[in-house]
Amino acid sequence: MTPTLQFFLIVSAALFCIGLLAALSRRHAIFILIGIEMMLAAANLNFIAFWRFGARSPAPIGVMVVIFSIAIAAAEAAVGLAMVIAIYRHFRTTNVDQFNRLKG
Amino acid sequence: MNTVAFAIIAIFTLTFALAAATNPRLMHAALSFAAMFVGIAGFFFLLGAEFVGLVQIFVYVGAVAVLIVFTILLTRRETQPHHGFKWGGVIVAGAVFAGLLWAIIKTSAVSIAAPLVKALTVKQIGEVLMTQYVWPLLCVGVLLTAALIGALVLVMEDRSER
Repeated sequence: MTPTLQFFLIVSAALFCIGLLAALSRRHAIFILIGIEMMLAAANLNFIAFWRFGARSPAPIGVMVVIFSIAIAAAEAAVGLAMVIAIYRHFRTTNVDQFNRLKG
Repeated sequence: MNTVAFAIIAIFTLTFALAAATNPRLMHAALSFAAMFVGIAGFFFLLGAEFVGLVQIFVYVGAVAVLIVFTILLTRRETQPHHGFKWGGVIVAGAVFAGLLWAIIKTSAVSIAAPLVKALTVKQIGEVLMTQYVWPLLCVGVLLTAALIGALVLVMEDRSER
Protein backbone atom coordinates (compact mmCIF):
# COMPACT_ATOMS: atom_id res chain seq x y z
CA MET A 1 0.00 0.00 0.00
CA THR A 2 1.77 3.13 -1.17
CA PRO A 3 1.20 6.29 0.86
CA THR A 4 -1.54 8.44 -0.62
CA LEU A 5 -1.90 12.19 -0.21
CA GLN A 6 -3.95 11.69 2.96
CA PHE A 7 -0.97 10.28 4.84
CA PHE A 8 1.15 13.31 4.08
CA LEU A 9 -1.66 15.69 5.00
CA ILE A 10 -2.24 13.93 8.31
CA VAL A 11 1.46 14.09 9.18
CA SER A 12 1.59 17.77 8.27
CA ALA A 13 -1.57 18.46 10.32
CA ALA A 14 0.00 16.66 13.30
CA LEU A 15 3.18 18.71 12.91
CA PHE A 16 1.14 21.91 12.75
CA CYS A 17 -0.74 21.01 15.91
CA ILE A 18 2.46 20.12 17.76
CA GLY A 19 3.80 23.55 16.75
CA LEU A 20 0.57 25.13 17.99
CA LEU A 21 1.00 23.25 21.27
CA ALA A 22 4.53 24.60 21.64
CA ALA A 23 3.45 28.16 20.85
CA LEU A 24 0.48 28.15 23.22
CA SER A 25 1.70 26.32 26.29
CA ARG A 26 5.40 27.11 26.72
CA ARG A 27 6.30 30.15 28.78
CA HIS A 28 9.81 30.72 27.41
CA ALA A 29 9.95 33.26 24.57
CA ILE A 30 12.30 31.20 22.42
CA PHE A 31 10.03 28.17 22.53
CA ILE A 32 7.13 30.19 21.23
CA LEU A 33 9.34 31.07 18.25
CA ILE A 34 10.21 27.38 17.84
CA GLY A 35 6.50 26.60 17.71
CA ILE A 36 5.94 29.22 15.03
CA GLU A 37 8.81 27.81 12.94
CA MET A 38 7.32 24.35 13.31
CA MET A 39 3.96 25.57 11.99
CA LEU A 40 5.67 27.13 8.98
CA ALA A 41 7.51 23.89 8.28
CA ALA A 42 4.24 21.96 8.39
CA ALA A 43 2.73 24.35 5.83
CA ASN A 44 5.78 23.85 3.59
CA LEU A 45 5.31 20.10 3.76
CA ASN A 46 1.70 20.58 2.75
CA PHE A 47 2.70 22.63 -0.28
CA ILE A 48 5.18 20.04 -1.50
CA ALA A 49 2.73 17.19 -0.95
CA PHE A 50 0.03 18.89 -2.99
CA TRP A 51 2.53 19.78 -5.70
CA ARG A 52 3.69 16.19 -5.97
CA PHE A 53 0.29 14.56 -6.01
CA GLY A 54 -1.41 16.99 -8.33
CA ALA A 55 1.34 17.39 -10.90
CA ARG A 56 -0.23 17.92 -14.30
CA SER A 57 2.36 20.22 -15.81
CA PRO A 58 6.09 20.31 -15.26
CA ALA A 59 5.83 23.73 -13.59
CA PRO A 60 7.56 23.70 -10.19
CA ILE A 61 5.10 26.06 -8.53
CA GLY A 62 4.97 24.28 -5.17
CA VAL A 63 8.76 24.11 -5.01
CA MET A 64 9.05 27.85 -5.74
CA VAL A 65 6.58 28.77 -3.02
CA VAL A 66 8.45 26.65 -0.49
CA ILE A 67 11.84 28.13 -1.41
CA PHE A 68 10.55 31.64 -0.79
CA SER A 69 8.72 30.50 2.34
CA ILE A 70 11.95 29.08 3.78
CA ALA A 71 13.79 32.35 3.08
CA ILE A 72 11.06 34.45 4.69
CA ALA A 73 10.85 32.15 7.71
CA ALA A 74 14.60 32.46 8.23
CA ALA A 75 14.38 36.28 8.12
CA GLU A 76 11.48 36.24 10.57
CA ALA A 77 13.36 33.93 12.94
CA ALA A 78 16.37 36.27 12.90
CA VAL A 79 14.27 39.34 13.72
CA GLY A 80 12.28 37.47 16.39
CA LEU A 81 15.40 36.22 18.13
CA ALA A 82 16.93 39.72 18.02
CA MET A 83 13.80 40.96 19.78
CA VAL A 84 14.12 38.23 22.41
CA ILE A 85 17.71 39.29 23.12
CA ALA A 86 16.73 42.96 23.32
CA ILE A 87 13.86 42.18 25.70
CA TYR A 88 16.08 39.96 27.82
CA ARG A 89 18.57 42.77 28.15
CA HIS A 90 15.82 44.97 29.59
CA PHE A 91 13.82 42.53 31.74
CA ARG A 92 16.58 40.00 32.60
CA THR A 93 14.09 37.18 32.08
CA THR A 94 12.58 35.31 29.14
CA ASN A 95 9.33 34.29 30.81
CA VAL A 96 6.57 35.82 28.72
CA ASP A 97 4.27 36.03 31.73
CA GLN A 98 6.49 38.78 33.09
CA PHE A 99 6.40 41.03 30.01
CA ASN A 100 3.44 42.91 31.44
CA ARG A 101 4.47 46.55 31.69
CA LEU A 102 1.62 47.55 29.38
CA LYS A 103 -1.01 45.75 31.46
CA GLY A 104 -3.90 48.03 32.37
CA MET B 1 6.86 5.53 -3.09
CA ASN B 2 7.96 3.30 -0.27
CA THR B 3 5.63 2.85 2.69
CA VAL B 4 8.37 1.73 5.08
CA ALA B 5 10.44 4.84 4.31
CA PHE B 6 7.38 7.03 4.86
CA ALA B 7 6.63 5.36 8.19
CA ILE B 8 10.21 5.66 9.44
CA ILE B 9 10.53 9.33 8.47
CA ALA B 10 7.09 10.14 9.92
CA ILE B 11 7.85 8.52 13.28
CA PHE B 12 11.28 10.20 13.39
CA THR B 13 9.87 13.65 12.63
CA LEU B 14 6.88 13.49 14.94
CA THR B 15 8.93 12.12 17.84
CA PHE B 16 11.44 14.94 17.65
CA ALA B 17 8.69 17.51 17.15
CA LEU B 18 6.94 16.31 20.30
CA ALA B 19 10.26 16.34 22.16
CA ALA B 20 10.92 19.92 21.02
CA ALA B 21 7.46 21.03 22.12
CA THR B 22 7.36 19.43 25.57
CA ASN B 23 10.89 18.92 26.90
CA PRO B 24 11.53 21.27 29.83
CA ARG B 25 15.29 21.32 29.20
CA LEU B 26 16.09 24.08 26.72
CA MET B 27 19.12 22.72 24.93
CA HIS B 28 17.60 19.29 24.42
CA ALA B 29 14.50 20.81 22.95
CA ALA B 30 16.50 23.04 20.60
CA LEU B 31 18.52 20.10 19.30
CA SER B 32 15.37 18.00 18.85
CA PHE B 33 14.02 20.92 16.83
CA ALA B 34 17.08 20.68 14.54
CA ALA B 35 16.63 16.92 14.16
CA MET B 36 12.97 17.43 13.27
CA PHE B 37 13.97 19.59 10.31
CA VAL B 38 16.23 16.81 9.06
CA GLY B 39 13.14 14.59 9.18
CA ILE B 40 11.11 17.08 7.17
CA ALA B 41 13.93 17.28 4.63
CA GLY B 42 13.63 13.48 4.41
CA PHE B 43 9.97 13.96 3.50
CA PHE B 44 10.96 16.40 0.78
CA PHE B 45 13.38 13.83 -0.63
CA LEU B 46 10.62 11.22 -0.59
CA LEU B 47 8.30 13.55 -2.49
CA GLY B 48 10.82 14.22 -5.24
CA ALA B 49 11.80 17.78 -4.29
CA GLU B 50 15.45 17.13 -3.51
CA PHE B 51 16.63 20.71 -4.06
CA VAL B 52 14.16 22.05 -1.50
CA GLY B 53 15.21 19.33 0.92
CA LEU B 54 18.82 20.44 0.73
CA VAL B 55 17.85 24.13 0.99
CA GLN B 56 15.86 23.20 4.08
CA ILE B 57 18.89 21.52 5.67
CA PHE B 58 21.16 24.46 4.83
CA VAL B 59 18.83 27.19 5.99
CA TYR B 60 16.85 25.66 8.84
CA VAL B 61 19.29 23.24 10.43
CA GLY B 62 22.40 25.20 9.49
CA ALA B 63 21.21 28.71 10.24
CA VAL B 64 17.93 28.93 12.14
CA ALA B 65 18.57 26.11 14.62
CA VAL B 66 22.10 27.37 15.32
CA LEU B 67 20.73 30.89 15.80
CA ILE B 68 18.25 29.53 18.33
CA VAL B 69 20.99 27.66 20.20
CA PHE B 70 23.09 30.83 20.35
CA THR B 71 20.15 32.85 21.62
CA ILE B 72 19.49 30.27 24.33
CA LEU B 73 23.12 30.52 25.37
CA LEU B 74 22.99 34.32 25.42
CA THR B 75 19.79 34.56 27.47
CA ARG B 76 20.41 32.08 30.23
CA ARG B 77 21.22 32.79 33.84
CA GLU B 78 22.95 30.55 36.33
CA THR B 79 19.87 29.74 38.36
CA GLN B 80 17.31 29.38 35.58
CA PRO B 81 13.94 28.61 37.18
CA HIS B 82 11.73 26.11 35.48
CA HIS B 83 9.27 27.93 33.28
CA GLY B 84 5.70 26.75 33.57
CA PHE B 85 3.65 24.76 31.13
CA LYS B 86 0.06 25.76 30.51
CA TRP B 87 -2.19 22.79 29.93
CA GLY B 88 -4.89 24.75 28.12
CA GLY B 89 -2.73 24.68 25.02
CA VAL B 90 -2.98 20.90 24.86
CA ILE B 91 -6.78 21.10 24.65
CA VAL B 92 -6.70 23.74 21.91
CA ALA B 93 -4.06 21.86 19.90
CA GLY B 94 -6.03 18.62 20.27
CA ALA B 95 -9.22 20.32 19.09
CA VAL B 96 -7.48 21.83 16.06
CA PHE B 97 -5.94 18.46 15.20
CA ALA B 98 -9.33 16.74 15.47
CA GLY B 99 -10.86 19.34 13.14
CA LEU B 100 -8.08 19.01 10.55
CA LEU B 101 -8.21 15.22 10.71
CA TRP B 102 -11.96 15.23 10.13
CA ALA B 103 -11.57 17.56 7.14
CA ILE B 104 -8.83 15.43 5.60
CA ILE B 105 -10.69 12.15 5.99
CA LYS B 106 -13.97 13.56 4.75
CA THR B 107 -12.46 14.88 1.50
CA SER B 108 -12.50 12.12 -1.07
CA ALA B 109 -10.37 13.99 -3.58
CA VAL B 110 -7.21 13.62 -1.54
CA SER B 111 -6.98 9.83 -1.44
CA ILE B 112 -5.28 9.68 -4.82
CA ALA B 113 -2.08 7.86 -5.56
CA ALA B 114 1.05 9.60 -6.80
CA PRO B 115 1.14 10.14 -10.56
CA LEU B 116 4.32 9.24 -12.38
CA VAL B 117 6.09 12.46 -13.29
CA LYS B 118 9.49 13.33 -14.62
CA ALA B 119 12.10 14.30 -12.07
CA LEU B 120 12.49 17.99 -11.33
CA THR B 121 16.03 19.12 -12.11
CA VAL B 122 17.91 22.03 -10.60
CA LYS B 123 18.29 23.39 -14.13
CA GLN B 124 14.52 23.74 -14.41
CA ILE B 125 14.30 25.43 -11.02
CA GLY B 126 17.06 27.85 -11.99
CA GLU B 127 15.40 28.72 -15.29
CA VAL B 128 12.02 29.33 -13.68
CA LEU B 129 13.60 31.34 -10.87
CA MET B 130 15.36 33.65 -13.29
CA THR B 131 12.53 34.17 -15.76
CA GLN B 132 9.12 33.80 -14.15
CA TYR B 133 10.01 34.39 -10.52
CA VAL B 134 12.67 37.07 -10.84
CA TRP B 135 10.54 39.74 -9.13
CA PRO B 136 9.90 37.62 -6.00
CA LEU B 137 13.59 36.74 -5.96
CA LEU B 138 14.64 40.40 -5.89
CA CYS B 139 11.99 41.22 -3.29
CA VAL B 140 13.20 38.40 -1.05
CA GLY B 141 16.73 39.77 -1.42
CA VAL B 142 15.59 43.19 -0.24
CA LEU B 143 13.58 41.58 2.56
CA LEU B 144 16.57 39.59 3.82
CA THR B 145 18.78 42.69 3.77
CA ALA B 146 16.19 44.70 5.67
CA ALA B 147 15.68 41.89 8.19
CA LEU B 148 19.39 41.56 8.87
CA ILE B 149 19.89 45.29 9.29
CA GLY B 150 16.82 45.42 11.53
CA ALA B 151 18.07 42.56 13.68
CA LEU B 152 21.44 44.27 14.08
CA VAL B 153 19.81 47.55 15.07
CA LEU B 154 17.65 45.78 17.64
CA VAL B 155 20.59 44.05 19.28
CA MET B 156 23.08 46.89 19.12
CA GLU B 157 23.86 48.55 22.43
CA ASP B 158 23.28 52.26 22.54
CA ARG B 159 26.57 53.77 23.66
CA SER B 160 26.00 57.31 22.42
CA GLU B 161 23.08 58.09 24.70
CA ARG B 162 24.62 57.21 28.07
